[in-house]
Amino acid sequence: MSTVEINNLIKKYGSFEAVKGISFDINEGEIFGLIGPNGAGKTTTLRVVSTLLQINSGNIKILEYDLKTQPDKIRKIISYLPEDAGAYKTLTGRAYLKFIAKFFIEKNTNELINKGIEIADLGSRIDDKVDTYSKGMKRRLLVGRALMTKPKFAILDEPTSGLDVINAQEIRQIIKNFAQQGTTILLSSHNMLEVEYLCHRIALIDNGIIIEKGKPKDLMIKYKSNNIEEVFTKVVK
Amino acid sequence: MSQLGNIIKKELKELLTPATLLPIVIMAILFGSMGNVIGGIEEELSEKPVIGFINNDSGNLSKIATSIIEKYSEVVYNSTDLNDKENALKNIKEEEGLALIIISKNFSSDIKNDSPGKLEIYWIMAGAGILDSISSEVVQGIIYQINRELSMKLINNNSSINASIALSPTQRIDTTYLKNKEMKGISPGVVVGLFTSQSTLIPIVIMMIILMSGGMVISSMALEKENKTLETLLTLPVKRTSIVTGKIVASASIGLFMALIYMIGFGNYMQSFQMSGGLNLADYGLSLSTFDLILVGISLFVTLIAGLALSMLLGTFAKNYKSAQTLTFPITALALVPMFLTMFKDFDTLPISLKGLVYAIPFSHPMMAPRLLIFNDYATVISGIIYVSIFAIILISYIAWIFKTDKLLTGSTRNFKKIFTRKKN
Repeated sequence: MSTVEINNLIKKYGSFEAVKGISFDINEGEIFGLIGPNGAGKTTTLRVVSTLLQINSGNIKILEYDLKTQPDKIRKIISYLPEDAGAYKTLTGRAYLKFIAKFFIEKNTNELINKGIEIADLGSRIDDKVDTYSKGMKRRLLVGRALMTKPKFAILDEPTSGLDVINAQEIRQIIKNFAQQGTTILLSSHNMLEVEYLCHRIALIDNGIIIEKGKPKDLMIKYKSNNIEEVFTKVVK
Repeated sequence: MSQLGNIIKKELKELLTPATLLPIVIMAILFGSMGNVIGGIEEELSEKPVIGFINNDSGNLSKIATSIIEKYSEVVYNSTDLNDKENALKNIKEEEGLALIIISKNFSSDIKNDSPGKLEIYWIMAGAGILDSISSEVVQGIIYQINRELSMKLINNNSSINASIALSPTQRIDTTYLKNKEMKGISPGVVVGLFTSQSTLIPIVIMMIILMSGGMVISSMALEKENKTLETLLTLPVKRTSIVTGKIVASASIGLFMALIYMIGFGNYMQSFQMSGGLNLADYGLSLSTFDLILVGISLFVTLIAGLALSMLLGTFAKNYKSAQTLTFPITALALVPMFLTMFKDFDTLPISLKGLVYAIPFSHPMMAPRLLIFNDYATVISGIIYVSIFAIILISYIAWIFKTDKLLTGSTRNFKKIFTRKKN
């Protein structure tokens, strides 16, 4: 069953067409990777799906909701982690998670906050101000924020950006676990190893058009490549 | 040198943006208009003052006084009958005159008998701004001239009157009419002094509230963008209007709190001047009722909301904290213009173009409200509250709409381009 259906999506900035009629769907519990070179339209697609940008043409359905007409309903079931997101510097990590949790449930936010703290895994530093965090710590906090609400659909733009190898591995495992528990994930990454490890299916986007789509293994066979990085290079070139 | 030049060139490019230049141009235009008002007052001073007089005395000394009045002023009413006083005042008001001078019945004989000759001066003031009393200085000059001529006459004639009367032969009895109020025993200068000491506080405090709160809203929006928290906030299940209202209410609360602290300090400072003056507006029936104070409060509240909404709109254009500092400039300019204008001139005495400008700036209304209410001008105050409320509602709706569109994140200028394209065509 499809959780997300994107049909012929067009997104323009003025006269510039950043996304030129792309279509794909993502099944429940599936991790779908959107990969492509810089400026291909990945982040624009993610921003549209997360209700930040308006659609010029086409339609997007997330579960039973239409993105154009029911963005408020969609915001209750999604979670978006932007590539260069930040957190409020004057708050502690815990206070930040509490601030976000209150938008999802008004009372008994402890369960959500504890889940966020568990994912962020910052130890006693969770009670320090965000301003004192390293880039990696901030990213862990933001991943915790994005997943603590157990969203039906998570949109993750470069989820392990700024993390060291060990932290990145832990986060990938967390993402995988969430997908196994039923969260549908749309992920964008420049790390092809990450994409290969995490994604059930991927779409290669270039110049606003999806030029290839399929399971990583199938694409590697099709393009006679040893890994997705090779597939990427061959398809984009 | 080329390295230094390179850095200077880069800095100039960063600093000289339309966002920096436009407020300066607007300020230049606004202060230019204010300069015209002051220029107009200089013209008033160089012209003969419009006055009327009633000479109730038949002696020769009063004739000297009337000849001076006729020489140095444009007399629009001239009589010898004291019963004509009301009619004279009416006429002078119609002619936009400054004063009615009544030379008392025994003016000449009083002086000759070692008593000062009485000159009753009925001042007609149009407003209570600092500049509104300047034209009355010309009339004061005429009174000084009368005294001087009489002194010379008395000394030249070797009169046997005592020296103090010879040097100061007249006694002034002032009554000032300001709009619908009559204030006995005080001159326009004293009235303006009273209003200045008591009403300076209000425009300054209002300006401070707006600047502090407005700056906070603009910075808040800029920090959301700079710290990359805005995107997350906009994907959370929270209404756009709640985000806008939340930011406005928080800034308004802090702004009001800071203003309260400021007001206590400044109030104490101003109190010291009032005590030394020994005069109070309330003594002349110039005070605000509870209802008036409620109206001033409402005016201040809606203006604060409108000011914060305007700041929020400007904040949506801020790319980062640095650009936010530039964006506070239009708010500062809009707060400074009515502050100065309401200090120097009454709303009623402004030229029509400036009246329109002052009325259009929402921040003017709570600054003008106390003085307008003292003179029972409820229509201007209530219409101002309605205007500012509509202004705030339109702005908040527009901002909520911006929050729903891409403009907040992409800063689209498509509509502006369309406007300019149409104009060119």
